[in-house]
Amino acid sequence: MKSDIVFGQYVEGRSPIHKLDARIKIIIAILYIVVIFLAKSVSAFALLALSAGVFVGMTKISPRLIMRSMKSLVFIILFTAIINIFWMTGDTLLLKFWVIEIYLEGVINAVLIVLRIMLLIIATSVFMTYTTTPLALTDALEHLLSPLKKIKVPVHEFAMMMTIALRFIPTLIDETHKIINAQTARGADFSSGNIIKRAKALIPILIPLFISAFRRADELATAMECRCYTGGEGRTRMNVPKTATRDWVFLGCLVLLGGAVVLLNMYFPIYGLGV
Amino acid sequence: MNSIIKAENLFFSYPGDEDNKPVRALNGVSFEIEEGSFTAILGHNGSGKSTLAKLMCMINMPESGKLWVMGKEMTSDDVTDSDILSARREVGMVFQNPDNQIVATIVEEDVAFGCENLGLPPSEIRARVDKALSDVGMSKYARHPATDLSGGQKQRVAIAGVIAMKRRCIIFDESTAMLDPMGRREVMSIIQKLNKEEGITVILITHHMNEAARADRIIVMNEGRIIGDGSPREIFGDPERMWEADLDVPQTTELLYKLKKAGLDLPIDVFDVNTTAVKIAAEIRKKISERG
Repeated sequence: MKSDIVFGQYVEGRSPIHKLDARIKIIIAILYIVVIFLAKSVSAFALLALSAGVFVGMTKISPRLIMRSMKSLVFIILFTAIINIFWMTGDTLLLKFWVIEIYLEGVINAVLIVLRIMLLIIATSVFMTYTTTPLALTDALEHLLSPLKKIKVPVHEFAMMMTIALRFIPTLIDETHKIINAQTARGADFSSGNIIKRAKALIPILIPLFISAFRRADELATAMECRCYTGGEGRTRMNVPKTATRDWVFLGCLVLLGGAVVLLNMYFPIYGLGV
Repeated sequence: MNSIIKAENLFFSYPGDEDNKPVRALNGVSFEIEEGSFTAILGHNGSGKSTLAKLMCMINMPESGKLWVMGKEMTSDDVTDSDILSARREVGMVFQNPDNQIVATIVEEDVAFGCENLGLPPSEIRARVDKALSDVGMSKYARHPATDLSGGQKQRVAIAGVIAMKRRCIIFDESTAMLDPMGRREVMSIIQKLNKEEGITVILITHHMNEAARADRIIVMNEGRIIGDGSPREIFGDPERMWEADLDVPQTTELLYKLKKAGLDLPIDVFDVNTTAVKIAAEIRKKISERG
């Protein structure tokens, strides 16, 4: 059941990307996303796709797992592709059928947009969710946002809330499956009727789920108190983040990649995106 | 011997609301737990044993009565938050549901959580976490996500989190109740090891008779009162009294007691299945040879 959602789950490993400092990884991921949005030409996208391939290869995570994380976004990907194919106009008409006109530019645009969404998913999963433990990730966020403490933003509390939320996602998913099975066994029907009927059928799932989540929260709070948790003040960390040469090399590569993308946009603008 | 926890005439009620009357959970409970001992608190649901655990961990405060932890009175008026915190550093608790006490996703990060709260230096935390994980035999799962583990393994991680804080007393609040027989065996053997080898005071709250029989001392609770306090031999030696309180005795004891009542010459204070079988077989052989 747990394999249903791999999106946002850590995969154990000892690759160079796993070993990067989580703070640098967040910065790299943000940079990567910016670079992906900068890319406009086919040549730039080809370079980015190549780089994504290299990064995935470095993590030693099977590409199938990465593909699986895109499964939940298939609808959005298809939707944007179809919109681009049918609505985009250009110079080269490929096909004309009744009121539908498909242009070459539209097809290329669709391919590039789909590639962009896929690259965005790969960027965040390779540098953040798959290779960084949730705790390291939230710790890094706490570090990066710590200047905000000066203006009284409760950074530690937010980081702690995120840690706990991430920790409980698989637990609550398991619980939802159990409740669905239990209600099905009692004769509940989740798969027939119109949309309103189906929405109503969710109530017997959501209410037990909420009640149990509150009970869990209460017990967890007690357990944390018993383990001497008193908030962020005076807390130390087992893993103190340290930057190494590796981190700066990776960061440098990303900056170079960004530069290359901008240059390719300027000098090889083959079939540029119409945005 | 020093007493690590001492209670005198504790009373506690859960406050009622519009629909429910207040529930009295503890009705004058007094006892003393010696340092290094292994005590089981036995009772069926609603007997007040978990309430007692919550008082010993200072999650709840008693209505009246006095409670000392490590010689410091926790119920006096001038007790401060830092006194409570320093008592919590010595007395830890492992709860029933392993899922609801693991804070971090990765095993070793969760074990480190308590030490991080104590503000220890990172190298010290690292050493303690590695030691605690090897003590509970979970070293090879250090970098695993905790949600992938079995119930028994999760409970071992929770125990590692408590022993990494180097506490002198650990309360197990029905920590084996949600586990399968295999997980229960794993956890029980670690509990015994902690008590015998590390000298940690163990308070085991349970309704499993066989688990209670492994303790040095059993406190039996019923309706918020202590109705029995003694060694497993003393407590289970009188099955009639246990049955009166709606409690069972270990199956071996029950069998031996009934056979003894039927006229066989058997001891009733044996809790081990194999030994019981051997004793019964010997007695039967004796009877047969008597008849010739």
